[in-house]
Amino acid sequence: MARRIGVFVCHCGVNIAGVVDVEKVAEELRKYPGVAFATTYQYMCSDPGQNLIREKIKEENLDAVVIAACSPAMHEETFRNVCKEFFNPYRCEMANIREQCSWVHDGKEATEKAIKLVKATVEKLRGNEDLMPILVPVEKRCLVIGGGIAGIQAALDIADAGYEVILVEKEPSIGGRMAQLSETFPTLDCSQCILTPKMVALSRHPKVKLYAYSEILEISGYVGNFTVKILKKPRYVDEDKCTVCGDCEKVCPVIVPNEFEMGRKPRKAIYIPFPQAVPSTYTLDREACLGLAPLTCAQCKEACEADAIDYDMQPKIVEEKVGAIIVATGYDLYDKNKLVEYGYGEDDDIITSLEFERMLSASGPTQGKIIKPSTGKVPKKVVFIQCAGSRDKNHMPYCSSICCMYTAKHALLYKHHVPDGEAYIFYIDIRATGKGYEEFIARVMEEERINYIRGKVAKIYREGDKLVVYGVDTLTGKKVEIKADLVVLAMAIVGKEETKEIAKLLKVAVDEGGFLKESHPKLKPVEALSRGIYFAGCAQSPKDIPSAVAQASAAASKVLALFAKDKLEKDPLVAVVDEEHCSGCGVCISVCPYGAMQWHNGKAKCIEALCEGCGTCAAACPSNNIEMRNYRDEQIEKMVEVII
Amino acid sequence: MSFEPKIVAFLCNWCAYAGADMAGTSRLKYPANVIPIKVMCSGRVDPEFILDAFKKGADGVFIGGCHPGDCHYVNGNYRAMHRVAMLKKLLKEMGLNPKRLRLEWISATEGVKFSKVMKEFVEEIKKLGPSPWRK
Repeated sequence: MARRIGVFVCHCGVNIAGVVDVEKVAEELRKYPGVAFATTYQYMCSDPGQNLIREKIKEENLDAVVIAACSPAMHEETFRNVCKEFFNPYRCEMANIREQCSWVHDGKEATEKAIKLVKATVEKLRGNEDLMPILVPVEKRCLVIGGGIAGIQAALDIADAGYEVILVEKEPSIGGRMAQLSETFPTLDCSQCILTPKMVALSRHPKVKLYAYSEILEISGYVGNFTVKILKKPRYVDEDKCTVCGDCEKVCPVIVPNEFEMGRKPRKAIYIPFPQAVPSTYTLDREACLGLAPLTCAQCKEACEADAIDYDMQPKIVEEKVGAIIVATGYDLYDKNKLVEYGYGEDDDIITSLEFERMLSASGPTQGKIIKPSTGKVPKKVVFIQCAGSRDKNHMPYCSSICCMYTAKHALLYKHHVPDGEAYIFYIDIRATGKGYEEFIARVMEEERINYIRGKVAKIYREGDKLVVYGVDTLTGKKVEIKADLVVLAMAIVGKEETKEIAKLLKVAVDEGGFLKESHPKLKPVEALSRGIYFAGCAQSPKDIPSAVAQASAAASKVLALFAKDKLEKDPLVAVVDEEHCSGCGVCISVCPYGAMQWHNGKAKCIEALCEGCGTCAAACPSNNIEMRNYRDEQIEKMVEVII
Repeated sequence: MSFEPKIVAFLCNWCAYAGADMAGTSRLKYPANVIPIKVMCSGRVDPEFILDAFKKGADGVFIGGCHPGDCHYVNGNYRAMHRVAMLKKLLKEMGLNPKRLRLEWISATEGVKFSKVMKEFVEEIKKLGPSPWRK
């Protein structure tokens, strides 16, 4: 137990010292029993700050330290690493006097609270035991959820480093949103041309196990040792036998909208979402099919020379063990039916940005021809509306990040297709922060003569075969009325509904936009709060392709760093049963969510490798015979005492 | 002098504590009466901790956990919910207004909610006045 505690109070520049009287905190703590030394410093986390701690530990012969500074989420590891040079890292505790004090309170109150927080931390520290991390083996395989560009990049990076990757994609093909795009800004590369080689590389990679048309059912375990249950949905077509000849499609009598084409083109019940799909195989849509009963239809089966169609295919559940997980589930567009001001987007000639992308694509519903959907004619006047659902308190408050750029691209491509057409863009601001982006916008504005109108559209209504777009130009203050043939909404980007499900399985928080919450918004942008789980792409926040690819490689490098170790250190803050006094009632065994509490000679015993340290057992034990290491009842009660 | 309540807040490491940090990062002010104690899970909060805090003179006790279904430890927050419901009945029997004990689900992103709930809770306790158990 610590006898000579040192207290180090950080100014954090003015972040703490500007509000909390740090000198007074140090002064009060000097008088506190057990505290041998207290001081303050401008930036405790800086090199000189860390050296100060080292010096004082030696000089003052300290055997434990409390750092009163920012949240332990921020720097606990930093300071424990310093302390490791001298004593057990659990002899270092942090008092959070920034996030939970100086940033939220004022003056005298803040100083008083800071003193209490530091004193309570001293009390906690006094009860800490010296602990060594528990070592657990690492399963050196990674699960990647989502096969869009982010998932593909992450999977390729890890597989190229020699580790096995399990990639699970919900749709029949990998490729994600990027496969739907026509050309990419600002270089106007053909999206599929740069993506499909990667898709093929992934499918042929010996280290990649691809589960397309599959879903995640269950995830259990912890860093290094996750167990994942995957549902392989039946395609009713044997992937290995299918030659993609298309004979089945020709005879299939059922026509439904093609999701890949944003419903703007029909497909059959047996289909391939797009010609370059990977895996290259047909899929039979059970919902649309006439019944999977040979007597009902069975025309596809008869037409299939390769005998690839199997109506009796069953869903399969497979279990995979992995050490790390990357979530790259992508994005959806905000529901255009929620946009009251734009007539709920119900008009045929009001389309979303992704529908326009498909229209521009050579393989899309119109073979790359821009049309006015209601008449099929070439639209001579097109209005593009940015921030449709973004930066709007009534819809999504955030900026969707990529709409300024792709709208400029849309307008440019429209002008290339219809040189005598007129294009208008309604915008709030132009945000073009990427490499070459500002130049691209300038080119669109100047060379392509696109009419940029700063302002929001108030309403859109139909007048004959035209759509009247009514708004205000906020630069001139004048009302604007444009009789347009086609309106394209740059829809807000939102997290996928499915991401929320996955987040639940992983115990990861999701924000109001449906995006995954990272461990730290600046310094840990690819990590989840729980170890071993990483994010890539738009599942974490709206972003363009280069950023998604960069984040995917970042997530991959985190996974590789994890796999570089043979054993992982697990937090030793586990439960301990006082076996001598255990009555053997079994309450702890019934409440433990991990099965870590087990019978042992008629008494409870904690299996440390399984225990996650939640403490539910300790709270439930009717005779108080379970303690949580370094969160013991006595420590918490002492803290309460100091606080009150 | 006006009554300044003493409130202990048990915050789970994964959601409520991170939510409190988020309130800080967003500079959302709330009264300093609330002093947090970090626990790994709201399920760790032994009913005895709560009774002990009241016995020691707390005017209010707050427990913050993950939203239902989001518990980092599967279901610790449900245990907390049941324990708080049980304790509220017990507190009433013991002559303490059950409103002095409050449980809220606050996620790591809900800094706004954390700050709002803290303001509300301090106001509520101020209205109730000092705990009759205060020495």
